[in-house]
Amino acid sequence: MSKELKPKRRDFLFTATYTIGAVGLAAAIWPLIDQMNPDSSVKALSTTEVDVSNMEIGKTITVLWRGKPIFIRRRTKEEIAEAASVDLKDLKDPEKDSDRAKNPEWLVMVGVCTHLGCVPLGNKGEYNAWFCPCHGSHYDTSGRIRKGPAPTNLEIPKYEFVDNNTIKIG
Amino acid sequence: MSEKYIPKSKFAQWFDSRLPLLSLSHHLKEYPTPKNLNYWWTFGGILTFCLITQIVTGVILGMHYVAHTDHAFESIEHIMRDVNYGWLMRYVHANGASMFFLAVYIHIFRGLFYGSYKAPREVIWIIGVIIYLLMMATAFMGYVLPWGQMSFWGATVITNLFSAIPLVGESITTWLWGGYSVDNPTLTRFYALHYLLPFLIFGLIILHIWALHVPGNNNPTGIDVKKNTNETMPFHPYMVMKDITALLVFIIIFFWFVFFAPNALGHPDNYIEANPLVTPTHIVPEWYLLPFYAILRAIPSKLGGVIFMFAAIFVLVLLPWLDTSKVRSSVFRPIYRKFFWVLVGTVILLGYLGAKPPEGIYLVLSRIATAYYFIHFLVLLPLLGRYEKTDPLPISISDPVLNKPGFVDKFKKAAAQYEGDNVGSFK
Repeated sequence: MSKELKPKRRDFLFTATYTIGAVGLAAAIWPLIDQMNPDSSVKALSTTEVDVSNMEIGKTITVLWRGKPIFIRRRTKEEIAEAASVDLKDLKDPEKDSDRAKNPEWLVMVGVCTHLGCVPLGNKGEYNAWFCPCHGSHYDTSGRIRKGPAPTNLEIPKYEFVDNNTIKIG
Repeated sequence: MSEKYIPKSKFAQWFDSRLPLLSLSHHLKEYPTPKNLNYWWTFGGILTFCLITQIVTGVILGMHYVAHTDHAFESIEHIMRDVNYGWLMRYVHANGASMFFLAVYIHIFRGLFYGSYKAPREVIWIIGVIIYLLMMATAFMGYVLPWGQMSFWGATVITNLFSAIPLVGESITTWLWGGYSVDNPTLTRFYALHYLLPFLIFGLIILHIWALHVPGNNNPTGIDVKKNTNETMPFHPYMVMKDITALLVFIIIFFWFVFFAPNALGHPDNYIEANPLVTPTHIVPEWYLLPFYAILRAIPSKLGGVIFMFAAIFVLVLLPWLDTSKVRSSVFRPIYRKFFWVLVGTVILLGYLGAKPPEGIYLVLSRIATAYYFIHFLVLLPLLGRYEKTDPLPISISDPVLNKPGFVDKFKKAAAQYEGDNVGSFK
């Protein structure tokens, strides 16, 4: 009996073979999965530079970055003041306006509702900022969620001012 | 196998009585295979692997490929350069087609050598010929998709074959093209059909295997096997292991091509985008179609060439009735065995000639080889069935092994060494 419980040479060979087989199979399957990830031509488009020299105060432009709309708004004094004065306790997803806009005059965010991906409308809703027509989410002048089903604020993409007139997104 | 399979658990019984999937898997596992099957019998499994590989890589390529004359060529380069592992997917798919045909030719010649097409396996054989035809159609249309020079002119030449048909030929080619030349409508329909046909092949393979499981496998001796005796072994694990061993060797050869010579079997002209104004100086089909291409060019008449080319395939459908010999395996047919190898040589020669220009000695040889190809099937086989004196058949499939002088003693000695005192258990 005790002789049979001891692993034999054959057991070792079986285990080793199955292990090598499993590793080989996984290595063979990985390319089949990875081919669906963004390819080199898509990754090459991961930054967009926007010229904002012609934008007046109170205007919003929408640019395309990675297939998504990016809202760039040059905010008015009132909007900045309103965004800054909000009590963080009133927010569903508390975030300071100063953390969202590096330069308070410029608000750059992904124009995709955090609920289910629709594009919110500008100068609409209870906060006269952004309002998503799909399921009624209201965002304030800082793009923060105030009312409705969306769980979080509008996302801020990675961006920087290359110079005074150019914003590089991504 | 013989007694009805009943699953163990109550739930499995409930399910199996409604959809007998468990019974099916039990059947596939226990399916009795002759114990003397050699490695030539592993190509069925290899071919299944080939088809699945082609479908998987093909569906993936379809995610990135654009079937439009303005974008097709570009999208292939996009796959090669941009898509993650796109080069691998494409090279596996392109070389996979060649490996598929390599395996199918071995599989077909295995059948020819061991008489696997004879009663009661005629239906398996005919389904196989249909699969082979569909494979050629699929491969041809797949070759058109990259929209290179060879794609375009290959498509032009092959579709023009149909213009040889009297009266309606021209209308048929126009219908095939969806225009007055090979163009975008041709490309899009070829893409749709190239995607469809492999699934038809898949369905036919299920029928091919189903038809096989009725009489069971032929075997190297060609004599009937007594099922569920010590002459057969369950498919799993015995044949599964043998198939996997052969498959691994096959995969090594396959991927040697993929990694070290991915374009060796293709034609450089296909890396030039299709140009309807310039025909490449020397146009040849892929290697696996060359024997038929040689037959096509050997006949000095447009319609005749087309008829003979298709007849070369359809003669295989009639093979079970052309070969009238009652003995299946050529192991016991001394004369047929020689003619078998002459046929193999003839087909390889035709393949070689198909790649050469149709002039001078090449044309003469093509005509001789074409004539011989048909003589083999239409004249030699019926005559051999009548006049060949076959060798005596063994009593059982074990007989040729066990009756080798000294074999049993050698085996008994080895068994004694291994089993010690239990040597009596060896039968």
